[in-house]
Amino acid sequence: MPLERSEVERIASLARIGLTEEEIEMVGDQLSHILEQFEVLNELDTSGVTPTGHASGLQTVMREDTAEDSLDHEDVLKNAPRREGEFFRVNAVLEE
Amino acid sequence: MPELNWLSIQEAHDQLASKQISSVELTQSCLDRIDAVEDQVQSFLTITPEIALAQAEVADRMLAAGEGGPLTGIPVQIKDVMCTEGVPTTCASRMLENFVPVYNATVVEKLINQGAVMLGKGNMDEFAMGSSCENSAFHPTHNPWDLERVPGGSSGGAAASVASGETIFALGSDTGGSVRQPASLCGVVGLKPTYGLVSRYGLIAFASSLDQIGPVGRSVQDCALVLNTIAGHDPRDATSVARDQQDYTATLGQDIKGMRLGVPEEYFVDGMEPGTRKAIDEALAKLEYLGAIIKPVSLPTTRYALACYYIIAPSECSANLARYDGVKYGYSYQDTSDMWEALEKTREYGFGPEVTRRVMLGTYALSSGYYDAYYLKAQKARTLIRQDFDRVFQEVDALVTPTSPVTAFKIGEKTGDPVQMYLIDVCTLPVNIAGLPGLSVPCGFSDGLPVGMQLIGPNFSEGILLRTAHAYEAATEWSSARPTL
Repeated sequence: MPLERSEVERIASLARIGLTEEEIEMVGDQLSHILEQFEVLNELDTSGVTPTGHASGLQTVMREDTAEDSLDHEDVLKNAPRREGEFFRVNAVLEE
Repeated sequence: MPELNWLSIQEAHDQLASKQISSVELTQSCLDRIDAVEDQVQSFLTITPEIALAQAEVADRMLAAGEGGPLTGIPVQIKDVMCTEGVPTTCASRMLENFVPVYNATVVEKLINQGAVMLGKGNMDEFAMGSSCENSAFHPTHNPWDLERVPGGSSGGAAASVASGETIFALGSDTGGSVRQPASLCGVVGLKPTYGLVSRYGLIAFASSLDQIGPVGRSVQDCALVLNTIAGHDPRDATSVARDQQDYTATLGQDIKGMRLGVPEEYFVDGMEPGTRKAIDEALAKLEYLGAIIKPVSLPTTRYALACYYIIAPSECSANLARYDGVKYGYSYQDTSDMWEALEKTREYGFGPEVTRRVMLGTYALSSGYYDAYYLKAQKARTLIRQDFDRVFQEVDALVTPTSPVTAFKIGEKTGDPVQMYLIDVCTLPVNIAGLPGLSVPCGFSDGLPVGMQLIGPNFSEGILLRTAHAYEAATEWSSARPTL
């Protein structure tokens, strides 16, 4: 079942990715084709099967709560696209 | 000076330790080779000759003092997905084109501490998403065996640089086959260790339940030596497993008499090239001749692995790549004061088509109303795929399959159809889903292009895989073949 255009726009908006008109069309077609490949999973009886999140079997790993050096402040800001003094500068989040 | 750039790690180490050669000479030999062939191969995104020669001098001092280890003074290419302090780390993406890490990945730190020499950063598919290196935002890499063909991916730079003699070894990363498949297509050895064996601290995340760093080398022994250095628990990576250190070279040279090797019929897929099939059949005959017991086995859930992978990996990718917001680092669209517009434009311009596709796919699979049908279903399928492997490993010590159903294809041949590209990884994806170790070793040629054999074993069975591959390699000539450039 091909994805509706509105559905593609909804996903793009959730993913916060801008798409051009042609991209909406193309990505929609491609995603539909990929989603068709997933239908094979419907054959698989997974009732009562425990999901696997990852393969290592490790659960929440704890360590001693000891203070350690972290990255230098200047280093943290080194790759900032915009900074102001000791801070990352961002566009206004709250409207006036 | 003979061609030092073609030495194995052990040969180079012996000559360095006995002062027959210096690391500066060895490094210069690789840099000369890069000068000579890089125009054709294009396996690097950044070449760092000054750093390499400075590190080589440090290594020579370590060697003179009788310090260091097997990798001291040995040149390496690092895939551009691993953070290198002060050296751009782009993930082959416009998003990180100008990103310069302020710390080293644990694996990089381990190599540097031992005195290895970084030649530069390896090309890859953007954010490690792809099977041909064509998704690099900067340039494709060419297969040294046929420059019109792809080297595989996503660690295409790693495999091409090793195969063309530009470096002694390389580090790649493997989320669904990204070390093994390019190794196969370029005729070199690639190892994807067990999930948790090698620290991912400083590895830029793609799909966190699948990603693993692994070595690419011209021989099994080279990969074992590199694994000795990079394996081990790291408190900075909560998924790394605490285990006793192991010497992965210890089993090399042991015979494989009585080794039970399973051949899962499901991996001999429709669309598999006849030349690949023939090479694998001959390799199986050779393994049997060497004393292994070849046993047909069945892994019925294999047919679900592709769908399972292409739900799980993009889902995790969409979450991991949410961090690229143009605020803390990376590309940032600045021509607006609107926060949401800036975010959408940053991601529109920063991400290439495959990354956009996977972020969209993952966002869809995780979105309200679809989570159970896709993500949860895939995680349950994952359990069944693992159980399938657990069951066959009751009967056999390891599995033998083709690494890739096809040899290197032409650049541009498969870029139009994402699903065709995804199918190339059909033999390698299940290994990541189950977290197992997998290794690709050259096993012949089909129409002049390398074919790779994949060995898969239970968790932490790297020793068995390396031993088996080493016995096979020693009984064949494939690993010594070199492309003409």
